[in-house]
Amino acid sequence: MATVLEAKEGSAMGAQSDLNSLDVDNNGHFGPFGGSYASETLMHALEELTEAYQRWSSDDEFMARFDSDLAHYVGRPSPIYHAERLSEHCGGAKILLKREDLNHTGAHKINNTVGQALLAKYMGKSRVIAETGAGQHGVASATVAARLGQDCVVYMGEVDVHRQAINVFRMRLLGAEVRTVTAGSRTLKDALNEAMRDWVSNIDDTFYIIGTVAGPHPYPTLVRDFNAVVGREARRQMEAQYGTQPDALVACVGGGSNAMGLFHPYIEDRAVKMFGVEAAGHGLETGQHAASLCAGRPGVLHGCRSYIIDDSHGQILHTHSVSAGLDYPGVGPEHAWLKDTGRAQYVSITDDEALDAFHRLTRLEGILPALESSHAVAYGMKLAASMSRDQIVLINLSGRGDKDVHTVAELENISL
Amino acid sequence: MASNRIDVRFAALAEQGRTALIPFMTAGDPHPDWTVAMMHELVASGADLLELGVPFSDPTADGPVIQAASERAIEKGVSLESVFDMVRRFRAEDSETPVILMGYLNPIERLGYADCFAAAADAGVDGMLIVDCPPEEMAQLRPHLDASGLYPICLVAPTTTERRRKLICAAAAGFVYYVSFKGITGANRLDANTLVQPLADLREDTSLPLVVGFGIKDPQGASAVAFAADGVVIGSALVATLADAESEAEALERICAFVAPIRQAMDNTDHPGKQVAS
Repeated sequence: MATVLEAKEGSAMGAQSDLNSLDVDNNGHFGPFGGSYASETLMHALEELTEAYQRWSSDDEFMARFDSDLAHYVGRPSPIYHAERLSEHCGGAKILLKREDLNHTGAHKINNTVGQALLAKYMGKSRVIAETGAGQHGVASATVAARLGQDCVVYMGEVDVHRQAINVFRMRLLGAEVRTVTAGSRTLKDALNEAMRDWVSNIDDTFYIIGTVAGPHPYPTLVRDFNAVVGREARRQMEAQYGTQPDALVACVGGGSNAMGLFHPYIEDRAVKMFGVEAAGHGLETGQHAASLCAGRPGVLHGCRSYIIDDSHGQILHTHSVSAGLDYPGVGPEHAWLKDTGRAQYVSITDDEALDAFHRLTRLEGILPALESSHAVAYGMKLAASMSRDQIVLINLSGRGDKDVHTVAELENISL
Repeated sequence: MASNRIDVRFAALAEQGRTALIPFMTAGDPHPDWTVAMMHELVASGADLLELGVPFSDPTADGPVIQAASERAIEKGVSLESVFDMVRRFRAEDSETPVILMGYLNPIERLGYADCFAAAADAGVDGMLIVDCPPEEMAQLRPHLDASGLYPICLVAPTTTERRRKLICAAAAGFVYYVSFKGITGANRLDANTLVQPLADLREDTSLPLVVGFGIKDPQGASAVAFAADGVVIGSALVATLADAESEAEALERICAFVAPIRQAMDNTDHPGKQVAS
């Protein structure tokens, strides 16, 4: 039987001639995706942000401060851990975990917020706003705002406020104002709408910390770059610990920031396969999912062209995933381009499969993964099982699952 | 190609020394069956051009009033194609009043640019204001827009830099829509004095009529803006007034009561600040 990797070989090979065009152009286009589909009021702010980012990301002092914060505040580098019992359980490739769950605040989200809040400070903006789904990005934004003395407002859909009550309280403890969004589906997309409205209305003093590799240019590039420390570290650690690079990378994809952070430094390294794992929710066939790349189509949402989930009239549809952080009807435009060029493969994992992986990793390795990351673990386990023992799968364990224990208990009818 | 109704209407207004009143309402709200009659009532009450909002699920540039109206209309099954149908029925009795559709790009993507704009023009639409499609992203759709004879209605904001202002004015047709403040539709903070300089700057870059919108709610606001602009858009305040009308007759009554005093206030305003393009 062909392994999953071999079965995917054809499409991956086909992409290789296109690799030179994989990077972003000056206006934020990744092939036909990306761009700045924003209202006129935002255009100047986006240009200002683009210029500021270009200036400070090539400034030695700024980058030294960013690196220092990642080391001493976030706690980087995050280890690469060999999940021996999980590997044994799957009976195939060696499974390694990139432990982003060990970062300060418990997820990869802090890499980006440290970078953006620092950029806000260098740009002289005194107020930061953010949208959040699972609450991880909101907590990470509130955290850096507290540290830099910035006012912070976090928009969060009413549904998410309920399913992530602990993170709401954490944000409030950190001094952020959490504004509940009751419009539309009352989840991440509506929080993003509301944050954009705030930004349009308070453009002079406000910096919008977008939490994923989506939105108008320059956000997809900027968020990717701040998260790419994950992939750069992984390359060094793999070389030092194993003398080789992984055969496959696996990461969950909602908007896609943790995946892009891991993938980006590997894009040119064509021997390394890349798998983005979307949320299949109750199953792609039920329509209750959040798998934009696997089951959506190209369209325009939240400032960029990418794969989205909409109806035949172009209205954005409500999505479903057990994990709030993946419950989003769009995806970063660079992922759309990696999909269409075949450089990365996108697959999906259902709620049930993710929950199974959640328990499996917890019981076999003593690591409680976030429900988002559990999607990556679930696919990584399948993939590893189809590969040989001398191969390596590196899974980005993007966040820890403490925030999800109430959700899991509720799903299993356990009252705490 | 036949001349665009927008040009014809602004030329006539300039001759009369009047400022255009451009009411906005969300197509299909409060009820899709009433929209055509409401359009006629707007014209009867003094509207010179009509702006119809195409409902979109995620209207990021709009405030809560228009978002709620959009959600109601979508629930009642209103789509871009049904908006075209409303315009077609309006055109059966009114072949002169220009109609502009304001909306977001994704529903247009679904129909395809060529088909969408051809259908819009065929229904009698005159201009498209696509909120989330700045000139930088217009390259692919512009040829289809031009081929159908539709005008791209472009926005200029207080935050727009001189470089972009020139770019936008070069792309615009029909009129230029100046967003009166840094914010979303329906927010309440327009100060008409702040319009004088930006509109004067705009007139350096374009001879097109200048229309001001966002934040104009009543006769006083409209007449203050009419002092400096060639057209005034009133949107959220009208949408809010109509939202809970329980019958078509009630909606029409409310339109007349809301729009007629605004028309009157604008017509009583002198326009020394203007120099309408001839």
